[in-house]
Amino acid sequence: MSRIPGLKTRRNAELGLLALAMLLVAAFGATVEANKYDKLQPNFWVPAALLSILFLGLHLVVRYVAPYADPVLLPMVALINGIGVAFLRRIDIANAINDKEGPPGIFSGIGGRQLAWTLIALILAAALLLLIRDHRNVSKYAYTLGLTGIVLMMIPAVLPGSLSEVNGAKLWIKLGAFSIQPGEFAKLMLVTFFAYYLVRKREVLSLASKRFLGIDFPRGRDLGPVVTVWLFSLLVLVFEKDLGTALLYFGLFVVTLYVATERSSWLIIGLLLFFGGVYLAYLLGASVGGPFANFYDRAQIWLDPFSQANYERVSGNSYQLVQGLLGLGTGGLFGTGPGAGSPLSVPEVQNDFIFAGLGEEIGLFGLSALLVCYMLIAIRGLRAAIGVRDSFGKLVAGGLSFTLGLQVFVILGGITGLIPLTGQTTPFLSSGGSSLMANWLLIAMLLRISNAARGPATGGGGPARPGPKKAPTQLHGAMTEVIKP
Amino acid sequence: MNAPLRKSGVVLFVLFGLIFANLNWIQGYKADEYRTHPWNGRVKVAEYERPRGVIEAGGNALAQSKETDDTLKYLRVYPKKEIYAPVLGYKPVNLGAVGIEETENDFLSGESDKLIGDRITDMFTGEKTGGGNVLLSLNTDAQEVAWKQMINNERGAKKGAAVALDPRTGAIQALVSMPSYDPNQLVTHDKNAAAKAYKELNADKDQPMLNRALSQTLPPGSTFKVVVSAAALESGYGVDTEIPAGGVYKEGGAVIRNAEDEVCPGGEVTLKEALTESCNTGYAKLGVKLGAAKVKQKAKDFGFEESDLRIGNLESKDGLSVAASHTGDIANPDGSTDKSALAQSSIGQRDVRMTPLQGALIAATVANGGDQMRPYLVQKLLSSERRTIYTASPQKKSSPIDSKVAGQLKEMMVSVVENGTGKKAQVDGLTIGGKTGTAQNAEGADPHGWFIGFAFNDKGEAVSAVCVMLENVSGGHASAEAARIAGLIMKAAAGGGGK
Repeated sequence: MSRIPGLKTRRNAELGLLALAMLLVAAFGATVEANKYDKLQPNFWVPAALLSILFLGLHLVVRYVAPYADPVLLPMVALINGIGVAFLRRIDIANAINDKEGPPGIFSGIGGRQLAWTLIALILAAALLLLIRDHRNVSKYAYTLGLTGIVLMMIPAVLPGSLSEVNGAKLWIKLGAFSIQPGEFAKLMLVTFFAYYLVRKREVLSLASKRFLGIDFPRGRDLGPVVTVWLFSLLVLVFEKDLGTALLYFGLFVVTLYVATERSSWLIIGLLLFFGGVYLAYLLGASVGGPFANFYDRAQIWLDPFSQANYERVSGNSYQLVQGLLGLGTGGLFGTGPGAGSPLSVPEVQNDFIFAGLGEEIGLFGLSALLVCYMLIAIRGLRAAIGVRDSFGKLVAGGLSFTLGLQVFVILGGITGLIPLTGQTTPFLSSGGSSLMANWLLIAMLLRISNAARGPATGGGGPARPGPKKAPTQLHGAMTEVIKP
Repeated sequence: MNAPLRKSGVVLFVLFGLIFANLNWIQGYKADEYRTHPWNGRVKVAEYERPRGVIEAGGNALAQSKETDDTLKYLRVYPKKEIYAPVLGYKPVNLGAVGIEETENDFLSGESDKLIGDRITDMFTGEKTGGGNVLLSLNTDAQEVAWKQMINNERGAKKGAAVALDPRTGAIQALVSMPSYDPNQLVTHDKNAAAKAYKELNADKDQPMLNRALSQTLPPGSTFKVVVSAAALESGYGVDTEIPAGGVYKEGGAVIRNAEDEVCPGGEVTLKEALTESCNTGYAKLGVKLGAAKVKQKAKDFGFEESDLRIGNLESKDGLSVAASHTGDIANPDGSTDKSALAQSSIGQRDVRMTPLQGALIAATVANGGDQMRPYLVQKLLSSERRTIYTASPQKKSSPIDSKVAGQLKEMMVSVVENGTGKKAQVDGLTIGGKTGTAQNAEGADPHGWFIGFAFNDKGEAVSAVCVMLENVSGGHASAEAARIAGLIMKAAAGGGGK
């Protein structure tokens, strides 16, 4: 490994934090078993140990190919991922007890599946780190990625319901027992495409504009492809009844545009469009129905979840939201303790409502800690964006970090009643492979960019050995870049 | 590009700050409200984590908790079904508890301060000790005889009530309300089945969930003559004082006749004979002579107009609530006494309304030498390891009459059973006294049959006082069947009770 003297890699800090995180995960699992079985099972330590090995593996990959990467990202994500596995296993244990079965095996149930998905996700993340030694290389495939992203998103919409529908939302590709949510991956691809496109056009976007109502609007033809892609994705999502993701893509688009053009007017336009769109969807839901009816129901529930009518409605009722809130309230400040609550009274507690289930057991203090972890991941990602020297890297890292933070806000805001509830996975916590894989790829990308940001200024953090391919010195196809200090 | 990235970071800070603030609101400020919210099933699950205490009487478990395979670990079971339902009530999963299950809920659930020792022990052992046990004063023999005789009554009456209590202590020996219901169907963990059962019971026109012994007031008929007699004896009358009687008595618009022509047809009759034969004209005239104030006051002394009586645990204000009995207005619009109303009220008609419990209390007061004991149902509270935590110490409630008047009334009431209308109440080995009542109610409807009475054993101890009421008894002499049942209840109660 080639290291620059004086430039600290902080890899040992990462290892230490990782050990701490795994210790917490093991403690969580042990407490669950103590509460559920009155004593620890002989293999209580196995999930935490397996996770430790997996994360240690990724740590070694990082140590080898991205030595200057941010040391906080990996342990924070590992902690959340580990708590997720432990909590899903806790649900398996509760189900096993209800069904009068013995303790579930380490690899059985949703907890076991999540463990397996973690393995796959980490392999993908490691592969990404190994394959892409310089994040700028990705820009070569920007159009391909953008197109693939759109296609991936559209597939569930085109597929018949039997192959794509779960709980009323058409977001999946189901092949037998195997199902993936292509939208999760599309998110990464679209960020990359947006970033690439906006970097190429940023000069023209920020300079060649028409002034209207005191706001500078770029020329339509400069913005065309991005707007097209974005509108298209929104439409698809509306018809897939996935308004949460639509909101996410919207936020992603606006923020990338804002960062690229450095014009806050985009934020204002974005917010106006957003609230206008939401209100329009609400009105359409009340009058037209169709794909908007779902949104209308959710708005009603959000306005008054505790009304008898909303609680007892046959479809689109507030039962889940109310039970989640009651769970959070029952947890109070300190929580009932892992394994001592009853998260099973919240429907879909393993997916959308996992935060409510956790909140009952780890309380306000525990949730705040988790919230800080998410916060740190997003902020560290933004820091990598600020630190990295090329615009493409800035936009990709900024877009990814912001999207991650926004997703956490959208789902947590939804289950805590702050904003209308939209179906979203909680990154790294919720059960499900697609979300886990996509988000770990996102983290791998952030690690890669942070390596470039924190490493020596020779390119992507310095290749481990001189390869046949030389790292590009500038963005593929880009004009001369001027980076402001 | 760094400036907008930094600002994006600020935006994320703000968004996360909103989430954090909202979590504080939910998990801090609103936590208690959510924790105890009726829609929060977790509270229920926790409540069913420990076995609820047993409600028992005379060595029999009347309500107990059975372990299940459910999420709710224990199922409440009432092995005697409808017999004890008016007393026990029930403890449903999704509705409020009723009866002793409600009034002793803290103790049964183990939350009572009296069980603090158990809870501290739990903290060290990690076990969940069950709730405390409630021992009722009920005499299971008396209760079961009462129930059996009521539902199999020889006149086919469908509704009624019976109360028996120990005149010396106030301990309730039996409390039956007919028709009744099976509490088991209301406490099932199947929410929908329980709700359906409740709906059906609630809609039943015979009101099976109404506690007729405590909550329903009906015209007491001639049993009210005991109260008028007490007022007369206190006003200088004697047992053998002759009072005017006759076949018919007209007062204002009211025409008072006797039940049959043979009853006190002559001009005068002694007070004792009047009660023995249940002479309506005599008592109507007597009431008018005494005046409304005296009659009303005496009824009040015995417990009429008392709206806050509860029977349960003598140490707490909780208990099954008892409806107030009323004498009604016996006045003209200008405030003067309405003599025709007074005449009718004096024989327990017009607006006089009485609960069966009140009837039993009148008889008990006479049997107990004039002292009325406060009625109660909870004899003992026991911890889960059966350590006695509370034992009822009987309390005198009031002294409506002095012992001399009580003795005279006793003599008159014994005469009713030995020589008069209450002969059916006679029981071998016991001295029974009492008063029958046949109460007219709605036009064309069959009258209600009443009997209030008491029993003395061969040692001269007042062992039981009772009131039996049957609604709408067909075929004349409505009270005779009530008297018969009352005798059998007292016979069973005399075998011991309240222990």
